[in-house]
Amino acid sequence: MSEVVREGHAHRPHHPFLQHHFEDMGQQHEASTLGMWVFVAQEILFFGGMFMAYAIYRGMYPDAWAAGASHQDWKVGAFNTAVLIGSSLTMALAVWGAQTGRRMVTVWMLVLTLILGSVFLGVKAYEYSVHAHEGLFPGASFTYVDPNPALTPGVQLFMVFYFGLTGLHALHMVIGAGLLIWFIWRAWAGHFGPEYYAPVEIMGLYWHFVDIVWIFLFPLLYLI
Amino acid sequence: MNEHAHSTKAPTHHVSSLAMYFGVFLALMVLTAVTVWVSRIDLGAMNVPVALAVAIVKAALVILFFMHVLHSTRLTWVVVISAFLWLGVLFVLTFSDYMTRHWLLY
Repeated sequence: MSEVVREGHAHRPHHPFLQHHFEDMGQQHEASTLGMWVFVAQEILFFGGMFMAYAIYRGMYPDAWAAGASHQDWKVGAFNTAVLIGSSLTMALAVWGAQTGRRMVTVWMLVLTLILGSVFLGVKAYEYSVHAHEGLFPGASFTYVDPNPALTPGVQLFMVFYFGLTGLHALHMVIGAGLLIWFIWRAWAGHFGPEYYAPVEIMGLYWHFVDIVWIFLFPLLYLI
Repeated sequence: MNEHAHSTKAPTHHVSSLAMYFGVFLALMVLTAVTVWVSRIDLGAMNVPVALAVAIVKAALVILFFMHVLHSTRLTWVVVISAFLWLGVLFVLTFSDYMTRHWLLY
C-alpha cells in the first residue's frame, strides 16, 4: 500500500470519514493510533499496579501461593491461552482485510474474534463456578480449608488476586466483545478500506493488549 | 515506510504478509507449549524467571508484529517504550522498599 492518494484539501471532495480538524487521512490515522497507544500505555500501568501487588504478596507467602495455584487446572488455562492467541490472529487478519480492501475478510475475521473471545469467557465462567463450589471465592463465602490449615488465609489472599486479575481481564474482554459487535456492523456497512482502517487497527491494539495481559496471567496464576 | 510521506497523504503504511501473521501465531502457540512444559520441570528458583522470560518474548512478538510497532512511527515507539519505563520505575522503587524491610521475610 504505497500508492499516493492526494485528497483531503478543504476545497476538494474528501473521504467521508476525514474529520475536519485533520489535514488528510494519513495524519488522522497517525493521531488515532498514537492516541490509542497512549491509552494502552495507561492500561499497562493500570494492570501493572496489580501485578506489582501480586509480586509483593507472592514473596511474603510463597507456600500459600503454591497451594493456591495448585487449585488452578493448567489444562483449562492452556486451552484458554490458545483460544485467546487464536483470537489475536483473527483480529490481526481483520486489520489486514481492511488494509487490503477485503470487506468480507474483515467481517468474518471480526466474527471469529468475537466467537473465540466468547469461548474464552465461557471457559472462565466455568472455572469461576468450580472455584465457588470449592469454597474458594474470597470473603464471607470462603469455606475452603487447606490440608495445611496455617496456609488457609494465604490461599484466600491468592484467590483475591486470582479473581481480581482475571476479573479485570474478563471485564476488558466483555468491553472488547461489545466493541466487536459494533465493528462487525461497521465493517459489514463498508466503512473500512485501505484509506480508512484506523478504527480496526486501534480495536486490534486494544484486543492484543488484553491478550498480552493474559500471556502473563497464565503462567503467574496457573503454572508457577 | 517513508518518513517524509505522511503529512500530505492517505495512510501509506506497511501491510504485513499473511505468512508473517501465521508464523507469529505459530511461534506464540509453540511458546505456550514451552512455558507449560518448562513449568513441569523443577528448576528451583529458576522456574519463575524462565516463565516470565517466555511471557516477555510472547508479549514482544504480539507488540512488534500483531500491533505493528515494528513498522510504526518513532513517536509510537517513544510512547510504547515510555510505558515500560514507567512500569520499570513502579517495580524497581516498590521492590527497593519491600526488599530492604529486614523485619519481613524478604
